[in-house]
Amino acid sequence: MYDVVVVGAGPAGSMAAKTAAEQGLNVLLVEKRQEIGTPVRCAEGISRESIEKFFEVDKKWIAAEVIGAKIYAPDKTEIVMSEEMAGNEVGYVLERKIFDRHVARLAARAGAEVYVKTAMVDFERRDGKVKLKLRRLGEEWEVETKILIGADGVESKIGRKAGIIRTLKLNEVESCAQYLMTGLDIDENYTYFYLGRETAPGGYAWIFPKGNGSANVGIGVLPRMAEKTAKEYLDAFIEKEGIEGKIIEFVAGAVPVYGEIETAVADNIMLAGDAAYHADPITGGGIANALSAGYYAGKVAAEAVQKNDFSASFLRRYDELWKNDFGKRLRRNKKLQLKFIDMDDAVLNKLAGAIAGKNLREMSVAAIVKELLKAHPKLLWDLKDLF
Amino acid sequence: MARKAVVDRRKCAYCGACVAVCPADANELVETFLEIYDDKCTGCSICVKMCPMGALAIVEVE
Ligand SMILES: Cc1cc2nc3c(=O)[nH]c(=O)nc-3n(C[C@H](O)[C@H](O)[C@H](O)COP(=O)(O)OP(=O)(O)OC[C@H]3O[C@@H](n4cnc5c(N)ncnc54)[C@H](O)[C@@H]3O)c2cc1C
Ligand code: SF4
Ligand code: SF4
Repeated sequence: MYDVVVVGAGPAGSMAAKTAAEQGLNVLLVEKRQEIGTPVRCAEGISRESIEKFFEVDKKWIAAEVIGAKIYAPDKTEIVMSEEMAGNEVGYVLERKIFDRHVARLAARAGAEVYVKTAMVDFERRDGKVKLKLRRLGEEWEVETKILIGADGVESKIGRKAGIIRTLKLNEVESCAQYLMTGLDIDENYTYFYLGRETAPGGYAWIFPKGNGSANVGIGVLPRMAEKTAKEYLDAFIEKEGIEGKIIEFVAGAVPVYGEIETAVADNIMLAGDAAYHADPITGGGIANALSAGYYAGKVAAEAVQKNDFSASFLRRYDELWKNDFGKRLRRNKKLQLKFIDMDDAVLNKLAGAIAGKNLREMSVAAIVKELLKAHPKLLWDLKDLF
Repeated sequence: MARKAVVDRRKCAYCGACVAVCPADANELVETFLEIYDDKCTGCSICVKMCPMGALAIVEVE
């Protein structure tokens, strides 16, 4: 019998397995893909702070470093956010194929067992523990565990089966397409965001540099508002912007933009990362929260094993930890997202025009909204107490 | 006659986006391919709107 079985070896799962194993627990990490980290379903951007909180940075999994971001309104008004001094990188663009494996390797090194090309196909809670059915190469078998950590991403079956989350509606998830392009002529010191209902209804398009003239060029759209597929919006964006380069990789995926869930636990079960809809509703960024949630889940698993208490009421300690860390931000950014998707292109242009040319030194959503509140308090009056 | 979702395997990027929104638990991303379970699929077409690739369609089946 395991103390903890973690399903999914993304950032959340590997971090949970690593943390639990470091606390001396008997841990199994299960991943259905045959290669951890591929296919990539991510634009790979993360703030420097979020990564350095947990890891010693290794150039092997950093594709590029950026000093700021440029945001474009539909009429091309530009908002620049950047640190004053050169050499003060604020963000990284990761190489997740390597990064995800690195975190899984750290989990293994800490003592976790790792099974790849192994899917969890079913589970059942019985007699105070969880029985899991695993499948590899067509063969099925059962394992038992005291705690199940569901880090199975946006397609999570664990959360739904356990009744912790409900299925996402078409206005609670972004449909995404992305190309890794090479031979691009861009300033690689910045990440780029393009707003507008016509370009990306309910979402945005992005260019995240990966060094040597290559970049992730992608788009996310809200299916409820979209009139064609994400891939069609992406092709239209590339055409309209005149982005010239060669496509050397193709990515599709979904990001939850749900906001904060009430609880991420049930008896014997904790959800972490995209499985718990932990991605940010306004940026779609989910790596940082997935890492933090995985870390907290691993910690609480160790406390639960020590106290021999796997009840939902005990595991609520985990809720407390992730909510204290980023729950408020999820709540706040969900409100902002609802406001944002209601804005037509004229309003976006007006808002961008009001703060264009301002010196935005801090790279955060809050920094932009604070400036907007100064410029157009009426348009955003209902957000004023949040920022 | 009933309506069911079908996947065009040549277009599918096995990304799991459709699995995230299916209210009937009728699809699954099995390692590297998408499976749709006809016995559970209600033909609601939610997954069709979600798919980034346009790989899903609803068809009438006997
Ligand atoms: C196009 C796109 C761009 C994005 N860009 C960014 C960005 O720039 N920055 C950012 O921070 N975030 C970004 N995100 C979001 C980010 O990718 C996710 O938030 C992050 O990967 C979540 O990590 P996770 O560990 O929760 O889940 P995942 O990384 O999705 O890992 C879940 C794992 O569980 C496995 N799994 C699922 N079911 C089972 C099962 N039954 N048995 C075994 N294994 C299973 C899956 O195979 C997968 O490996 C983007 C997402 C998309 C789609
Ligand atoms: S049509 Fe509806 S029930 Fe059938 S697979 Fe798609 S989302 Fe699920
Ligand atoms: S959403 Fe489309 S591309 Fe993604 S797995 Fe489903 S059918 Fe395939």
